[in-house]
Amino acid sequence: MNTQAEPKSFEFDTEAEALVTAAIAHYPMGKQASAVMPLLDIAQRQMARHTGSAWVPRVAMDVIAKRLGMAPIRVYEVATFYLMYNTKPVGKYHLQVCTTTPCWLRGSDDVVAACKSQAGISEFGETSANGLFTMSEVECLGACVNAPILQINDDYFEDMDGVRTEVLLGDLKAGGALPPAGSTAGRSGSAPATGLTALLPTTEPAE
Amino acid sequence: MAKVTVDGIEVEVANGASVLQACEAAGKEIPRFCYHERLSIAGNCRMCLVEIEKMPKPVASCGQPVGDGMVIKTDTEMVRKARRGVMEFLLVNHPLDCPICDQGGECDLQDEAVGYGRGYSRYDENKRSVGQADWGPLVKTTMTRCIHCTRCIRFSTEVAGVPELGATARGESMQVGTYVEKALSSELSGNIIDLCPVGALTSKPYAYTARPWELKKTDSVDVFDAVGANIRVDARGAEVLRILPRVNDAVNEEWLGDKSRFAVDGLKRRRLDRPWIRENGKLRAASWEEAFAAIADRLKNVPGERIGAIAGDQCDAESMLALKDMMAALGSANIDCRQDGAALDATRREFYLFNTTIAGIEEADALLIIGSNPRREAPVLNARIRKRWLSGGLAVGLIGEEADLTYGFDYIGGGPESLQALGSFADKLRTAKKPMIILGQGALQRDDGAAVLAAAWALAAQYNMLNVDWHGFNVLHTAAARVGALDLGFVPGTGGKNVAAMLGGGVDVLWLLAADEFETSKIGAETFVIYQGHHGDAGAARADVILPGAAYTEKPGTYVNTEGRAQFGFMAVSPPGDAREDWRILRAISAYIGHALPYDDFAQLRAQLIQTNPIFGEIGEVRRLAGSNLEGPVGNAAAIGTAPFINAVHNYYQTDPISRASPTMAACVAAHYGTQAEAAE
Ligand code: SF4
Ligand code: FES
Ligand code: FES
Repeated sequence: MNTQAEPKSFEFDTEAEALVTAAIAHYPMGKQASAVMPLLDIAQRQMARHTGSAWVPRVAMDVIAKRLGMAPIRVYEVATFYLMYNTKPVGKYHLQVCTTTPCWLRGSDDVVAACKSQAGISEFGETSANGLFTMSEVECLGACVNAPILQINDDYFEDMDGVRTEVLLGDLKAGGALPPAGSTAGRSGSAPATGLTALLPTTEPAE
Repeated sequence: MAKVTVDGIEVEVANGASVLQACEAAGKEIPRFCYHERLSIAGNCRMCLVEIEKMPKPVASCGQPVGDGMVIKTDTEMVRKARRGVMEFLLVNHPLDCPICDQGGECDLQDEAVGYGRGYSRYDENKRSVGQADWGPLVKTTMTRCIHCTRCIRFSTEVAGVPELGATARGESMQVGTYVEKALSSELSGNIIDLCPVGALTSKPYAYTARPWELKKTDSVDVFDAVGANIRVDARGAEVLRILPRVNDAVNEEWLGDKSRFAVDGLKRRRLDRPWIRENGKLRAASWEEAFAAIADRLKNVPGERIGAIAGDQCDAESMLALKDMMAALGSANIDCRQDGAALDATRREFYLFNTTIAGIEEADALLIIGSNPRREAPVLNARIRKRWLSGGLAVGLIGEEADLTYGFDYIGGGPESLQALGSFADKLRTAKKPMIILGQGALQRDDGAAVLAAAWALAAQYNMLNVDWHGFNVLHTAAARVGALDLGFVPGTGGKNVAAMLGGGVDVLWLLAADEFETSKIGAETFVIYQGHHGDAGAARADVILPGAAYTEKPGTYVNTEGRAQFGFMAVSPPGDAREDWRILRAISAYIGHALPYDDFAQLRAQLIQTNPIFGEIGEVRRLAGSNLEGPVGNAAAIGTAPFINAVHNYYQTDPISRASPTMAACVAAHYGTQAEAAE
């Protein structure tokens, strides 16, 4: 398991720095603290770029606190409140399985089982030995119509089932890149899986 | 003003007041956990629910502003039911460990559960539990008991100005804490123990020591700084177990510094509980009779001008008066209370008082601090400055050592030259309506102290700080006894010697009344030293005769705080062993050497004290002086040196014999300043 140690220091790189300046500029003077959420996100993405793990180490939170003139504890509060900030290292692919009722009814248990077997882990929150996967349980991702949902990093993979999950993770393990996001069952958007049932093209031109 | 009806009682409250305040005005008690009148409103415990006519649901009264004509009901079935529901939810995750909880007997949750709790629990899932966190040597945490009221968070953020506490994670996983394990670094951290409505935060040194109903409570005055915070001394038998603040809006509101609260364990250690006599260079235990005989022997044939006395920083006014009177009877004018050599000018009271008064800080709109770190010298007073600063419109300037004062300031410079070159801060002072100066002891304990005093006074005069209805010149003392001593004239009389002149062989016999804060090594080798005090500290180590006196909790006494407010502390316990109240010792020895003091009991002594200065009779009062006499102190402002100001207090936790003897204070020093303090005992 490649649990990274807490780094000794953190600094925004040039790419991040441009985003940071832009984020802070959104807010009026004296209200810079409002930029805490974008900055946490920028830091997390920078960590992903540099280390392959998208998380916000504590030193980064301290850097952000200093930058925004806030007490460090205020940054910790925000970072720990929102589950999209990872305050511990995660795998390269963060498997966020929705297990809320609609997804569960549509078979999220199979998705969870496939994730476990492919990553070789047994619990939510665990990271696979190769450091590739961390599986988290998340609440409704707001895409129930394409349930069940597996979110990997920023992307939604929809209409999942056990088999497709296994294939997807298998590819990733083999070094493949993330496929395009969206339905894995081949439907377009949230259109009915069995083809259109309404708004069909009219056969008879209207009189 | 808004007119509202509470349970049929009509009351008028200010617009913007909360419904809870209106209920209180009507004499109705509203249960609350998160609301606290000195903190911002959080509205998260929901215990304060009331019913308001025309509102469909119960309303949290602490966060609801009053409206004219509101009809509020605090005791309807709806209210009771709602509060019972809140209580049931609070208790879902609260451990029922009251028998082993230190808060037991003084717990808000326990008290309210009597009224709103049910006799059994309907909840049989697992309770949430939270790991133990270490917040340093003073505050013990049992966060499983926390009900997330956030009072501690709001206190440290708002009042203490050291935002270290917060609520991390959310929902059931929410935890109140520091996130990164650390010792709380505020000098006011102990107050969160009082604020916590449950047993989540309790006193670490006091853990498992006593139950509140076993304690004898005595009102007293704090002596660890010159603020004179009002305290309650809780004792069981002969032992002082803890110190808590009492409310006094003019002085400490309801806060207390950590040293004042936690140095009590120093009262049990290194105590002088019997007389000692030095024989052949070694101290040996003696009886009172032997000690008195040794003193009488040594005093024989010594002329008055070869005898001197120095009063310490924690003495009560009564014992200092007794010593002063005895010295006068012996024909000596060599008395001084300024151990640190501070160039305090006792000729006019306003030269050495905090004339603006502590509550007066809230009126000021500009503040210049010279040679002081109020956060370390008087944390409670510092909280008042911060309170004023938070409310906006206070410009603060600092001359001296730069430090985190918990509020923003313009740093002007480190030394006396900055007094003349205030830079842009001069404009802020000039345009201010009520500007004030705080002059620290660090600025006065130097060779050019008198010049600094004169220069500071001149500044005050120049920037219109002295006028009929505003006195902006303030001396911030660090010694609880100092102002009282100056008020009763414990300074050299005509031709008398000051501390410096008494040292180095300036006198043959030197009487130290609990005086330890000067370099005792400078006492002349031939000088016979009598140490009367309560702790085996620097003074006792040098003494030829030791007379065991009483610490502040062991004697009744008057203390005058830095504002010039005389306050009276009652006796909580008796002095240990053979030790006696200090005035009694002085009365007895004076009779022994044939100069019996003219008072036989404490009442007579107090009468004498009030005759010396009527100030001592005005207990609890403060005379706010008008700054109409512009004539300054005697010092020559031009004689000022160039050395930068050094603050009087660097180690907040150890400033006096009691705190130096306290293991808790030593632990604080280790936690905060990184160095292990000199081992106690
Ligand atoms: S520790 Fe005490 S004061 Fe702090 S939030 Fe919990 S219950 Fe409130
Ligand atoms: S329940 Fe899974 S996306 Fe809504
Ligand atoms: S006291 Fe009103 S919600 Fe807590």
